[in-house]
Amino acid sequence: MIRESLGQILVTSILSGNFVLAMFLGMCPFLGVTHSVSVAFPLGLATTFVIVIASLSAYALNLVLGLLHLEFLRLICYIVVIAAAVQLVEMFVKKQSPALFRALGIYLPLITTNCAVLGVALFQTAREYDFAQSLTFALGGGIGFTIALVLLASVRERIELSDVPGVLKGTAMSLMLAGILSLSFMGFAGLGG
Amino acid sequence: MSFPGGGYEGKNWTEFMEGIWERNPVFVMVLGMCPTLAVTVSAINSISMGLATTFVMAASCWLVSLLRNYVPKEVRIATYIVIIATFVTVVDYAIQAISLDLYEALGAYIQLIVANCLVLGRAEAHAARNAPVPAALNGIGMGLGFTLGLTMIGGVREILGAGTFFGVSLFGANFQPWVVMVLPPGGFFVMGGWLLLFAVVRARRERIALAAQET
Amino acid sequence: MNVDALAAEATQTTAMVRTLGLVSLICGLIIVGSFEVTLPAAQANRRLAAERAVFKVLPAAKSIAEYVALPTGGIEPKVGAGETALPPGAVKFYAAYDAAGQLAGIAAEGAAKGYADTVRVMFGYAPACQCVVGIGVVSMRETPGIGDKIITDKEFVANFKALDTRLNKDLSALANEIKVVKHGTKTQPWQIDAIAGATITSRAVGKGINEAAQVLLPRLVPNLEKIRSRP
Repeated sequence: MIRESLGQILVTSILSGNFVLAMFLGMCPFLGVTHSVSVAFPLGLATTFVIVIASLSAYALNLVLGLLHLEFLRLICYIVVIAAAVQLVEMFVKKQSPALFRALGIYLPLITTNCAVLGVALFQTAREYDFAQSLTFALGGGIGFTIALVLLASVRERIELSDVPGVLKGTAMSLMLAGILSLSFMGFAGLGG
Repeated sequence: MSFPGGGYEGKNWTEFMEGIWERNPVFVMVLGMCPTLAVTVSAINSISMGLATTFVMAASCWLVSLLRNYVPKEVRIATYIVIIATFVTVVDYAIQAISLDLYEALGAYIQLIVANCLVLGRAEAHAARNAPVPAALNGIGMGLGFTLGLTMIGGVREILGAGTFFGVSLFGANFQPWVVMVLPPGGFFVMGGWLLLFAVVRARRERIALAAQET
Repeated sequence: MNVDALAAEATQTTAMVRTLGLVSLICGLIIVGSFEVTLPAAQANRRLAAERAVFKVLPAAKSIAEYVALPTGGIEPKVGAGETALPPGAVKFYAAYDAAGQLAGIAAEGAAKGYADTVRVMFGYAPACQCVVGIGVVSMRETPGIGDKIITDKEFVANFKALDTRLNKDLSALANEIKVVKHGTKTQPWQIDAIAGATITSRAVGKGINEAAQVLLPRLVPNLEKIRSRP
């Protein structure tokens, strides 16, 4: 319905509409895996890969379901495709880099329930993006997700060595940090038109 | 595993209650965060999302539990996901039929209940190993605890960020709302604030217990 | 030994297929059932919401009829319910009729990206003056107290009492593009004065109306006679 240019979509999905800091998608890995950059970064990349696959599959699925007038099966089809994609990525990572597979642990299969992946599919359907727009949205979203993860992980790594009051340690601290990050990303509003 | 008479009811009651406070999904288990922060801009949105999730949890846990002995181990996650997605679709249509305003307010986050770690987590950890009635009760309890957590966050954000509670204006026309509270950073700050408060209360309780032990 | 292992594997696969088949069947039935049950209520809700929005921008209206404007330049009544029934490239609009069954105005939706998400507005168009006579917000997720001033700010709303949307000589596009200008610098009837401090949301409203009008009006204006009175 709205005509957004590819540049606009890219900039917005990375900065002012950042998946984690503005749209609250992908919170589980954001709070769970950001204790070290060396784990956060590969997970961000793996998630970006799954997001792109999910976006392309969702676009194709949506076309097919529209032709057959079976829109009510949309959600189920999306989530099944995502589960399959994650399974494939899991097998790929296990074969290529067993060390990375062990490091990511449970968080690799958990990409299936990552709201960011399903969220991309749902948002691009709701905004009626075409193929190029969907792909840009997915790429930008994944990049933004990775940036947010790496940012929080770097801050948390530094804070490990500081004197943090006992009551603030853990999730409360991560949330406060995330709030500050989110606040700073709000400064990008309006960028990209 | 079922005890005759009073014991059985006792066990079901525990199933129901543990999700409300002791193992509250929002503040203790920290699960299902995506809708928690996105939707809690007002108390009424929080309750609606919470109740929608409670319905999905109750129905999915019940159906998963019914089929638990017929589902081969390899395909169990896929099966659970399909069942959860089904009930989320049902809730999606139900909300459209009840109130379009609510539907617009909650947006895509209704369908994102499928990706809510809480729902799949309980189905896997609990419903798959228990009888239908305890499974459903646990699902309802967890769902209600989730609703409680959401409403606590949403209530604070609405009071500070809009000066109203459930739509009822609290401070009159001259109130300058703390707008950031209803924006994304506010969600992070308010939830962090609640966790901090609970940690402080817990630390204080431990200190008092320790002091009492020493005397 | 080998045959036993193969047989065990075969039964495992059949068990998996059988389970997935059974679960899919149950779930399919649940989904289709709930869809059918909720469809009438959901459609009634949508119709009510559309009517409410149209009556707000065109107060003289008492009833509405849905039409589509085709890319080939004609207009025809909209058949079928829901978003999927639109022919490709067609744009939906509402013809509003007064108590006497005469055309009171046209209403259509425009949408553009605002600060947070899409801002959808319904605008009312009067064929007599070829101008927009009012707007209403269908949905928005803008910053409360800042973006939502587009509803409450009287000066902003006054922009839309007579927003010039005349077509150019060959009726192919708007004579003057609807533009949102800095607060206080409006000089022409086709400009919109932005709200100071809420420029992004103001621009979204202007962009949405402009894009919708550029597509709809060239197709609509030549065919106005067809819908002058209620069919």
